[in-house]
Amino acid sequence: MKTLRIGSGAGYSGDRIEPAVELAEKGELDYLVFECLAERTIALAQQARLSDPEAGFDPLLSERMRRVLPFVGRGREAGQRRLRLISNMGAANPLAAAREVRRIAVELGLHGLKVAAVTGDDVLAVLKASPEQVLDNGATIASLGDRLISANAYLGAQGIVEALKADADVVITGRVADPSLFLAPQLFEFGWAEDDWTRLGRGTLIGHLLECAGQITGGYFADPGVKEVPNLARLGFPLAEVDAEGRAVISKVAGSGGRIDTATCTEQMMYEVHDPAAYLTPDVTADFSGVSFSVVEANEVRAEGADGRARPQTLKVSVGYLDGWIGEGQISYGGPGALARAQLARDVVLERLQLTGVVFDDVRAELIGVDALHGAALGSRTAAEPWEVRLRVAARCADKAEAVRIGNEVETLYTNGPYGGGGATKGVRQVVAVASLLMPRDAIRAQVHLEDAS
Amino acid sequence: MSTVKLRELAHSRTGDKGDTSNISVIAFKPEDYPRLLEALTVERVAEHFAELLGDDAPRVLRYELPKVHGLNFVLPGILKGGVTRSLALDAHGKALGAALLDIDV
Repeated sequence: MKTLRIGSGAGYSGDRIEPAVELAEKGELDYLVFECLAERTIALAQQARLSDPEAGFDPLLSERMRRVLPFVGRGREAGQRRLRLISNMGAANPLAAAREVRRIAVELGLHGLKVAAVTGDDVLAVLKASPEQVLDNGATIASLGDRLISANAYLGAQGIVEALKADADVVITGRVADPSLFLAPQLFEFGWAEDDWTRLGRGTLIGHLLECAGQITGGYFADPGVKEVPNLARLGFPLAEVDAEGRAVISKVAGSGGRIDTATCTEQMMYEVHDPAAYLTPDVTADFSGVSFSVVEANEVRAEGADGRARPQTLKVSVGYLDGWIGEGQISYGGPGALARAQLARDVVLERLQLTGVVFDDVRAELIGVDALHGAALGSRTAAEPWEVRLRVAARCADKAEAVRIGNEVETLYTNGPYGGGGATKGVRQVVAVASLLMPRDAIRAQVHLEDAS
Repeated sequence: MSTVKLRELAHSRTGDKGDTSNISVIAFKPEDYPRLLEALTVERVAEHFAELLGDDAPRVLRYELPKVHGLNFVLPGILKGGVTRSLALDAHGKALGAALLDIDV
């Protein structure tokens, strides 16, 4: 029976590259998929594109392509598995990203490589034409005015399937739902019907398990003394061998670091899932509630039991907008009495922000090592006083100049605050916020653009 | 049955979407799953995170996954603006699951 081997080459934009190269070289893959778009990545990329029309795609695209393109299509003549690449590294500019891939292919002497771009996710113009639309945070599109930067619909697998039908070796997209990047090659290779909800649900489970790369092979898992992971520094990325029924075995390249077992698979299966019986994607309403995992052999786990129901009639649209500035300052205290001095420093900064009339919408002053992650109640569960404590003050301000004053006020603790403060830092950053709304799926169409690298 | 920390019986991972966090709790051994079901009520988990949820957060939800002996807790509103607007050090709430493992069961 024909099987498909799909690897995961990145779990986020800045992910490691050498585990992807290892998969391309030794994974005997049909497809290597790079998932590189977090919630607000496109909004940030859109800002880059505004200042340079050829920018707006993933900053690591060029390096990743230089490293893995030499393996693309390698097994084709020998009748072996022919590697193809799929990625959402196009971000806010898939067409420019595809041009960059072609440029690198030519530079590497790889002629005849077909590169496709999938567009259609960018619905900014559509939204601007109907400014009465309301976001999930209650604001209307109109109220965002000039602060509106991006609006991208989560596309499904269909555009990528069309690109694969056109024989593309590399498919570059903008916003596509993460698991759909992995579902597309299964739809294409196995010829599943668009409403074969059970198989689409199974294929979506595979995508969901693979989409965070190292998070299923023992990354984000190690807890010394409780959960050990061998050779974590050499963590291998995952691959799935899938059959036409959507049954799959998750594994990694032999000899790579990490671990795959039922525990790592279960953690990843539930990651970023709300109702496990209704995981909404543009392609299917996937049902993971009956999924089970079983060990085939060391670092090989079978996943089964996923199902699916009809896909939603709407697509989620992620809207990026500018939302003021965050100013921040930090300073550390250490040795006996460090906690009391850090607490005094916190009180002083908050009083100073009042005294000097800094204008902010919201402020947070926390002690790293004490209450920053989990609050004061949970933070006080440990009896020992910490040897060192770091004060962190952050505030959101409408005005950049006001935000700058937050870090400055923390820095003045050097000469004006409690005894022994050290290592002060300060910064200010523009807030690119993200909200969402739903659009009818008929209003959104994927388009495929294909060219040869000659 | 003596009381132990959840960390001895289960492992956990936290995910985020908008200002909602989901925390999985997975029994190391299938035979401990009923104990998790009984001990980790929605009320217990909400109480554990009361300070972070605040007064106006919507109700915590719990989903049961017996085939993988896991529970999935969904905590709407706990991320206070979500990763893009939050002033928190850990705006994703990535470290929340580790705090849950300190609960007594």
